[in-house]
Amino acid sequence: MHELPQNLANGLLLGATYGLIAVGYTMVYGIVQLINFAHGEIFMTGGFGALTVYLGLGSGTSMWIALPLMLLGGIVTATVIAVLAERFAYRPLRNAPRLAPLITAIGLSITLQQLVWGFYPKAKSPRVFPSLPGGPFHLGSITFQSADIFVVVAAVASMLFLAYFVQRTRTGRAMQATAQDPDTAKLMGIDTDRVIVIAFILGATFAAVAGVAHGLRYGQVSFDMGFVAGLKAFTAAVLGGIGNIYGAMLGGIVLGVAESLAAGYIEKIPGMSQFGGGAWQDVWAFVILILVLMVRPQGLLGERVADRA
Amino acid sequence: MRNRSLLIVTTLAVTGALSLTACGSRANSGSSSSGSSSAAAGSTTVTIGVDAPLTGSLSALGLGIQNSVDLAIKTANSTHEVPGVTFKISALDDKKSPQQGQQNATALVADSNVIGVVGPLNSGVAVSMQKIFDEANLVEVSPANTNPALTQGPNWATGTKTRPFKSYFRTATTDAIQGPFAAQFAYSTLNKKKVFLVDNKLTYGVGLVATFKDEFTKLGGTVVGQDHVTSGANDFSSTVTAIKNSKADFVYFGGEYPDSGPLTKQLKAAGYNVPLIGGDGMYDPTYIQLAGAAANGDYATSVGAPVETLPSATKFVADYKAAGYKDPYAAYGGYSYDSAWAIIEAVKAVAAANSGKLPANPRQAVETAMGSVNFSGVTGTVSFDQYGDATNKQLTVYGVKNGAWATVKTGTFSG
Repeated sequence: MHELPQNLANGLLLGATYGLIAVGYTMVYGIVQLINFAHGEIFMTGGFGALTVYLGLGSGTSMWIALPLMLLGGIVTATVIAVLAERFAYRPLRNAPRLAPLITAIGLSITLQQLVWGFYPKAKSPRVFPSLPGGPFHLGSITFQSADIFVVVAAVASMLFLAYFVQRTRTGRAMQATAQDPDTAKLMGIDTDRVIVIAFILGATFAAVAGVAHGLRYGQVSFDMGFVAGLKAFTAAVLGGIGNIYGAMLGGIVLGVAESLAAGYIEKIPGMSQFGGGAWQDVWAFVILILVLMVRPQGLLGERVADRA
Repeated sequence: MRNRSLLIVTTLAVTGALSLTACGSRANSGSSSSGSSSAAAGSTTVTIGVDAPLTGSLSALGLGIQNSVDLAIKTANSTHEVPGVTFKISALDDKKSPQQGQQNATALVADSNVIGVVGPLNSGVAVSMQKIFDEANLVEVSPANTNPALTQGPNWATGTKTRPFKSYFRTATTDAIQGPFAAQFAYSTLNKKKVFLVDNKLTYGVGLVATFKDEFTKLGGTVVGQDHVTSGANDFSSTVTAIKNSKADFVYFGGEYPDSGPLTKQLKAAGYNVPLIGGDGMYDPTYIQLAGAAANGDYATSVGAPVETLPSATKFVADYKAAGYKDPYAAYGGYSYDSAWAIIEAVKAVAAANSGKLPANPRQAVETAMGSVNFSGVTGTVSFDQYGDATNKQLTVYGVKNGAWATVKTGTFSG
């Protein structure tokens, strides 16, 4: 069991990235009840936006200067695309049956993937992403990289900012009100269209941070990286209780740790050796999702709301 | 590009004129025509089909196949390789899906101008296409399929080799050769006895690892662990932890560079510095870009002698560059060029045997002629054995030194 701390750390880091993306799913769902399946692609464009900035700076630039600019570039790219998507793909369907925007989201996801595939230079195979200098570091028996520190700092900072924003600011409270009852919120003078756009912007910002983190950790970004990541993040959002922002981060971490532990330990259970290793980690992650939903259909931190499906 | 559009315009004009005047020139298929008076008299146009993933995550490899076949066709047309026959390309996207591949196969068979097909990239797709091509006697040459069962039947491993489809050929070598070659290299040359096996759950990777494992254990090596990763997942931290704990001397990976690059990077970043060895799917400059300095000391096997030692290969590289394709020829460009050229050679033989003209339905004749094709191609001498496999069984081990692939050892696998 001496590798347990390492497995936990791996799971935590993976889960933090899932959580950052999941926040965007859950916030948009909480307000407009739309499962934005294009959110994985927003994450991907965030990574490519950051890469573009890096390439523009030239390879000699120190990462300490480049990283903030790359983050900014990723966030700007992702938010612009998210806002355009909201304005032109989702808003016209605001009052349409729920399946229409869902299918639009899937279509948008494919479109964004293909646009990057077709028009971003050399994006048909994975593009190399710069990595942070320094590392590896050792903490007891745990080995970790400088990019891992970025993930932890980014996840904690993002969640603190989000908590402050939602609970302390006027816009944040307007957001809560819209989530609870959009019609009444409108009657109380809240500009719900603006609130929805802000939810998309916040979600895209977090996704872009996750996109940069993904690039730094794995040294590459590819046009199809949003698919698997988006699916996992959506699972995390459901696991944590869709609509609850803290639940999204918790769900992400639970999912990440579960995958990591399943890959490390299932095969050590007598008679289970053929179900272990990396091949089955996704299966176990979804088994956990199903088990949690059987006991708590609303998710870990979700609230049972009668009038919502 | 100008050449190609000119060709398309000419073909359109010719077929258009033909249907307007309703003149069936010969008993040949629809759009072959005697051409306008200004064009070469008695010219027949035939199509070489291409089936590969042209979109999606493997599109870089697929577009390399398409462009290389296009280059072969242009070259044959400009040198009048087969007098009186003009070739054109018809490329279909299989999206690496067996279902789509089957639909494409049906479409290519239905087009009576199609005289041969280059493709597919994925062994899994090939399985769904073989029967359809075989029933129509339409020749299919794959530049990339490595699964031995495609040519030698499902029981090849036990020594019962039967050729399931006589229209299927390939210029790529099989896992049955590449895996064991790598095992011998690791065991005898590198003197490494403990391996950790990883594959990406796709037909190619699983097959490669299985043949490697058999030979490695037969030599006396130990498999200290095995894991399977999901292609495109990028996070291999649990696999890396397992490799570290297994105390393996090296890692053998079955899969392509988008997976093996990050794996070797994460392995070495975790402080476990052992070489990663893989097959032709990771012999690509992108591998080194993805892995960075972590790639140094890794090895990959690939078929044929090193490209720079063959004059025909340097010509291919120069011609490809001169043609100005947007995407690189990638891992299978040379094999694709040779696959298309093998079809062209077969057509040439058929035409020569029929007093310089293609017979009315040349598919059957082309299939027969494929068996005796023999020429010096981009990847070495190209010819096929009784199963449709390439007879070129020469393999090369490449190693990463100072951030570039370098030739380590060239040899022939026997047994």
